[in-house]
Amino acid sequence: MAPTHSAAEVEINAVDPANLLVRLRGIWLLETERPSVADLLPQLDAQPGLERIAYETAGIGAWDTGLVTFLVGLERVARERGLTVDRKGLPDGARRLVELTFAVPERAGARRGEQRQGWLSRVGTSWLAGTRAVQDGIAFVGELSLSFGRLLRGKATYQRSDFFVTVQEVSVEALGIVSLVGFLVGVILSFIGAMQFEKFGAGIYTANLVGLGIVRELGPIMAGIIMAGRTGASFAAYIGTMKVNEEIDALRTLGINPIDYLVLPRALALMLMMPLVTLYANLMGLLGGTVVSVAILDVSTVLFLEQLRASISVGDVLGGLFMASVFGVLVALAGCQRGIECGTSAQAVGEAATSAVVTGIVAIVVSCSLLNFIYTVLGI
Amino acid sequence: MSDAPAHITVRNLTLAYGEFVVQRDLDFTVDRGDVFIIMGGSGCGKSSLLKVLIGLKEPAAGDVLFNGQSFWQDPETDREAMLRKFGVLFQSGALWSSKTLAENVALPLATYTELTPPEIEEVCSLKLALVGLSGFEKYYPSEISGGMRKRAALARAIALDPEILFFDEPSAGLDPITSKRLDDLILELRDSLGATVVIVTHELASIFAVGNNSVFLDPVTKTMLATGNPQELRDRSADFEVRNFLQRGAAATISDG
Repeated sequence: MAPTHSAAEVEINAVDPANLLVRLRGIWLLETERPSVADLLPQLDAQPGLERIAYETAGIGAWDTGLVTFLVGLERVARERGLTVDRKGLPDGARRLVELTFAVPERAGARRGEQRQGWLSRVGTSWLAGTRAVQDGIAFVGELSLSFGRLLRGKATYQRSDFFVTVQEVSVEALGIVSLVGFLVGVILSFIGAMQFEKFGAGIYTANLVGLGIVRELGPIMAGIIMAGRTGASFAAYIGTMKVNEEIDALRTLGINPIDYLVLPRALALMLMMPLVTLYANLMGLLGGTVVSVAILDVSTVLFLEQLRASISVGDVLGGLFMASVFGVLVALAGCQRGIECGTSAQAVGEAATSAVVTGIVAIVVSCSLLNFIYTVLGI
Repeated sequence: MSDAPAHITVRNLTLAYGEFVVQRDLDFTVDRGDVFIIMGGSGCGKSSLLKVLIGLKEPAAGDVLFNGQSFWQDPETDREAMLRKFGVLFQSGALWSSKTLAENVALPLATYTELTPPEIEEVCSLKLALVGLSGFEKYYPSEISGGMRKRAALARAIALDPEILFFDEPSAGLDPITSKRLDDLILELRDSLGATVVIVTHELASIFAVGNNSVFLDPVTKTMLATGNPQELRDRSADFEVRNFLQRGAAATISDG
């Protein structure tokens, strides 16, 4: 008898033209070297009159899934060729595992196709996905507008406490990071400005740069991007998790519109609080700019502040604050929409949060350009 | 037989996800006060059918009528108003995790009734006591066990005294004793509220303990194989699949006689 601790071997003997005997020997473990079914194919195909395969496994040693995958593979190949397989000669356990594998036939249509797409169809697919995303975005804006209409008519179901909790989250609790970022952006801006203007002996105009730059553009953008990263992501994760837990379905079956209940208070809170947060960011930015300018330029604090005051008009401030309000709505929309559209897995929640931030920032930058264009045309 | 329409009538219903048909040609009725079981093997579309019944998923074809009124096909239907007469217990409970149990029960009351906050609090305590959870008003869903969450979700489902209670796999993930208690509670509530109960389940013990009417969905032929009292179906259904399912795969040993 062959040694049962040697490497796995397979030997095929034709008993007669219709019958084939497959002899298995040695150790058939997953981590050891094993023959593959593909190696046997030439021998199977070499016998055109073949009808039946039998096994002889007296020389087999230790075996595990390594043997079973081989047997199942061989049997699949045999079935494709219309051969019958006699499993009698197999070790008892292996025979039962093979029987179990073939006990439930594959459900028709259940297997997911992995057909490779050509580049043209991939371009088409992503174009369709893109247009659908735009359509969904527009539809969501529409739904929120309807919801706002219901609010004005007093027909929207939402909780006032949700609104106030969001107000607190987006204002008081965000002041730390807004202070830091605002102050440092002011510092950087005035540093760069001072270095350049100094060359022409026009250091005092740093005040104009810092003042206009912060109040008209950077204040609202900073506040908006902080909100997108901080609050937009949190909205998406919060609503997305509710989706995963069927909590949104629970709202729907009670006849409560999730847009009214979840999105409306958040959008309103951001829309109302963003101007205030921006005002605060402006203040911190101007403070940072003033500190640096006075330190490195040869101007007094009073002179610098006077120049600052003269450079900023009320219109500049209000234009910036309006912009901030728009950013607030956009960030809330992006966060809530990604949350509501979220799939039902942990991964989907993560993707929703990421996508909320990306969408929020893109929306901020695009709308900022548009608003600036409009302001320029209107002469604000 | 009275002429009043059945409480729930499902008419020629087809369920599909895009091109993929899950079930087609569903036709059955549920009478007032029934405990109606939607059963079938895994993946047969039980939960999809439930989603259509509770308004979360639009059917590909066909209609559902409640008290004879069309739910999906009549554009005049105020679905949200009809939904208010339903109570739904989701498989996971689906309690709002950022709210306490009392707040969970209070939300539908605060939304649809004119009750004052103290009255709402009283009703919440009552509903939670009904399901055996008095004293847990201030707990969050994450602080209680799975069985308690199901019962708390049931308290929320019965907050508005619904006409129809829907249950999605109420005994999933519960031990036999807890699941038996939940079954008893379902029957108790059906009798005391006078509600119709629709349960999606494949737990045989529950099916026979509470069900008096049912529909059997088959994943292979993608349609219903039988409707009627589950005990009668078990003993006398003409369909082998149905008998086999209800006898836990032992139908082969019983002759058709």
